[in-house]
Amino acid sequence: MRIPCPYCGARDSAEFAYLGDATPTRPDPEAPDAQDAFHDYVYLRDNPAGAHAEWWYHAAGCRRWVKVERDTLTHVVSQAQFAGGAE
Amino acid sequence: MSRLATGGLVDRARPLSFTFDGVSYSGLAGDTLASALLANDVRLVGRSFKYHRPRGILSAGPEEPNALVELRTGARREPNTRATVAELFDGLEASSQNRWPSLKLDALSVNGLVSPFLGAGFYYKTFMWPAGFWEKLYEPVIRRAAGLGHAAAEADPDHYEKANAFCDVLVIGAGPAGLMAALAAGRAGARVILADEDFLPGGRLNAEAVEIGGKAASDWAAGIVAELSSLPNVRIMTRTTVFGVYDDEYGAVERVGDHLPVPAPFQPRQRLWRIAAKRTVLAAGATERPIVFGGNDRPGVMLAGAARSYANRYGVAVGSTVAVFANNDGAWASAFDLAAAGVAVAAIIDIRREVAPSLMAQAKARDLRTILDGQVTGTAGRLVGGELTGISVRANGRNETLACDALAMSGGWSPNVHLTCHHRGRPVWDASIAAFVPGGTPPDMTVAGAARGTFALSGILTEGARLGAEAAGDLGFTAAALDLPATKDTPAAITAFWQVHGSKGPAFVDQQNDVTAKDVGIAHKEGFRSVEHLKRYTTLGMATDQGRTSNVAGLAIMAELSGAGIIETGTTIFRPPYTPVALGALGGHHRGKDFRPTRLTPTHGWAEERGAVFIETGPWLRAQYFPRPGESDWLETVNREVKAVRASVGLIDVSTFGKIDLQGPDAGTFLDRVYINGFAKLAVGKARYGVMLREDGIVMDDGTTARLADDHYVMTTTTANAGKVYQHLEFCLQVLWPELDVTLASISEQWAQIALAGPRSREVLAKIVDAPLDVSNEGLPFMGAVEATVMGGVAARIFRLSFSGELGYEIAVPARQGEALARALMAAGEAFGITPYGTEALGVLRIEKGHVSGNELSGQTTAGDLGLGRMASTKKDYIGRVLAARPGLADPDRPTFVGFRPVDGAQRLRAGAHFLPLGAPADLAHDEGYMTSVAFSPHLAQWIGLGLLKNGPARIGERVRAYDPVRGGDIEVEICSPAFIDPEGSRQRV
Repeated sequence: MRIPCPYCGARDSAEFAYLGDATPTRPDPEAPDAQDAFHDYVYLRDNPAGAHAEWWYHAAGCRRWVKVERDTLTHVVSQAQFAGGAE
Repeated sequence: MSRLATGGLVDRARPLSFTFDGVSYSGLAGDTLASALLANDVRLVGRSFKYHRPRGILSAGPEEPNALVELRTGARREPNTRATVAELFDGLEASSQNRWPSLKLDALSVNGLVSPFLGAGFYYKTFMWPAGFWEKLYEPVIRRAAGLGHAAAEADPDHYEKANAFCDVLVIGAGPAGLMAALAAGRAGARVILADEDFLPGGRLNAEAVEIGGKAASDWAAGIVAELSSLPNVRIMTRTTVFGVYDDEYGAVERVGDHLPVPAPFQPRQRLWRIAAKRTVLAAGATERPIVFGGNDRPGVMLAGAARSYANRYGVAVGSTVAVFANNDGAWASAFDLAAAGVAVAAIIDIRREVAPSLMAQAKARDLRTILDGQVTGTAGRLVGGELTGISVRANGRNETLACDALAMSGGWSPNVHLTCHHRGRPVWDASIAAFVPGGTPPDMTVAGAARGTFALSGILTEGARLGAEAAGDLGFTAAALDLPATKDTPAAITAFWQVHGSKGPAFVDQQNDVTAKDVGIAHKEGFRSVEHLKRYTTLGMATDQGRTSNVAGLAIMAELSGAGIIETGTTIFRPPYTPVALGALGGHHRGKDFRPTRLTPTHGWAEERGAVFIETGPWLRAQYFPRPGESDWLETVNREVKAVRASVGLIDVSTFGKIDLQGPDAGTFLDRVYINGFAKLAVGKARYGVMLREDGIVMDDGTTARLADDHYVMTTTTANAGKVYQHLEFCLQVLWPELDVTLASISEQWAQIALAGPRSREVLAKIVDAPLDVSNEGLPFMGAVEATVMGGVAARIFRLSFSGELGYEIAVPARQGEALARALMAAGEAFGITPYGTEALGVLRIEKGHVSGNELSGQTTAGDLGLGRMASTKKDYIGRVLAARPGLADPDRPTFVGFRPVDGAQRLRAGAHFLPLGAPADLAHDEGYMTSVAFSPHLAQWIGLGLLKNGPARIGERVRAYDPVRGGDIEVEICSPAFIDPEGSRQRV
């Protein structure tokens, strides 16, 4: 599989490290329900058949974290952008 | 000899000698092993898998189910190679497989007599009882009897390598469609790769006696290849099989040296390619199907197209009298071509009542006998060897026998749709050609020519040109229309026909697996309907050929039996690889010690000189200990090294630690959020030990981080977690807190780092630092960090840290100066008996001191478990804080870090031993934790240990059982403080 790194261009997925679902955001640690929220954040993941936003780290390239929109059924990558959005 | 006097694309001026089963023969350059055997009248080439029936050569290509042979001898012996694609070379040694004692007389051919018991699913039925017999008796016997070839017993002496290729248009197959596609895309300027598994591009053009543009088809093909070769943007890869379509890339294997006795110097035997192509034109051609009838597996019975290949391409007559049996027009060309070459034709037998008048006219012109509405119902052969001597034919209600020594059969052609299926494309049935054609294709692939079901030559050329131009056009290249060469299409009508009913003898569907039409019937009777089940139950379509010549007939017979029709019956799913790929090619250079790269420390050469014993720690090779002459074992050496450090001074390379440079105004804030303890207020010129957690509250890593300037920190990580921690920090910075102004850089490779430890270390250090650096306790206090120069101008970072508990420093210099630093320190410390030590002594020193390390940072321990809970700041948030407070992780009863010593000081401790209360039974309910690290302490003259014990710190002075059933250990140990040496920490502060 090739991933279009916004900085390096289309590169082999072997250059990347996979983290997983990019949807959850780190909860507010000061919120009263922080422990429950963090439990969901750390452990609960959807496993969609289809479009999936996920984190890939370009370890053997620019060392940027890339949010990749990938279809889990076809492996077609429709979008890839840096964590901070387009640059 | 069956070599024709003229013709063929073989080089008659270049004879090649080879042996088969020890007998010497002669072939020609351009032969395959199969064509050379046939040229020498060798028809019997192997014994079948299950029944040991004599088998010959069925095909002239990669689809071959029967002619599997062992090539070469010794370490290069390679089993199960297809003689039909093995390129002949001078000195080739080949032998037949699966026969004993000899090919002609095979003792196990009696299996054929007991074939009723070896039918479909015999594995599952016959050998059920008694159960214990399976492993001991049945399986070994079956494996011996039903084997394929034997692999070499020695290691493969050849190299295999991997390579990547990139192109605009990948054309798979260099037959008429592929050549036109490559030409159209190539002329348009696209970067083209044209891959073909054959050593001679041209595909069927080399096997058919047809003309293109007024030239012999093979000459026309050679002309196109010549033009393509002259285009700098086109790369022709022969002997290269594209075997799989993966995500965004193709897998291909190039047989670089298979056609040579040994690979050329500095060349691999095979090369595995990963090809990234923007567009692909699949022009993989089609594969001819046999007809199922009794005795259709006899040597001499072969595919009609193969008979033409041998005649037209190799100049070999497959027999002296040939009969043709077919359900389609194309096969008639075999009779015409062979007759033209002077071979006698017994008859053309066609199952159809009527055929095109032009065919009848051609047959008549050549005075060939035709039998319409006829079927071959049986074969006869020699008693020994089984080679074909005649066939029985049923026509118009009459039976007759015809003498012939070759039968060219054709049940039609199946497009090679395999690669279109690798992304779950499902082939669809096209009744007009009685074959499956591509259903869906992988992204950006089009299919041209016979692979798409286009069988007329003019159509194939047109389609190839069009799809090649379209592929290039898609990518912005302007493709001019090609002048299509003139050619004459031959008739290609077909009537679907799969098996002759009422024929004599076993009628094979899958010759490689010895699956007969009867077996398919049994499977159907027993309720198997899905073709996938049929495949697994009967083994039809398994093994090296994956049913290339048998799948369609098998499922058609199943469809006939079930009345469901072929469309409903469907086909099995084709998966990569298209043809077998050697594991050696997939492994490439990654074998043995090269399985992964070995990383050497900057002082490796120096340590080697000093006789170090090395140990693998992750990818690194580190010095484990430095034995001296006269030392009897490793423990004696390690004890000496440990004592030297505590008594005087020692040094060790710690460059393997991860080193991360953090710069920016928010670096302190950032560190506060990733470590449990505070770093923002760390003074410039100081270092601090830090612990970081994963978000789930478990300890991820530890290490020291020094502040070199207000906005500049340098972090160290453990060797094992260097990459993981760096990745984690980048995640935190880029994803969680992009607002922080911090930049990270991994500097692990840039800096060599040597730890200097022991009471004399300051004196040693003082000798190598450049003036005016003050390394006194005041000038460089405990946990001090300073940038300086050493050895006369070498940039250095000096940290006063201690892992051993002694006065100690870590000195970092640019990596290339690491070895010089080691030598300088050795020279400076000579007067103090400075001692290099390895990872063993490092471990002993830290266990004596009670520091945690990898064994304790196990991915299951919290900071509290490790006695580090008090470091955690309560004034800030950090990664892992919230979940570390979960009741399960904050439970005071959790196994917690303490030290242990055996009650009987002479006893040895074992890491991994579990703790049990004294007198309690050894079961899980009483398990209280386990020993994580042990060492023999030369200072205490006994074994000491560290471990995690339920409520440990509150139980110091108590005794527990250390139970180690694996190694038979069961001893009493006393719980103590983990700091065995200098618990106050005074020695490191002097």
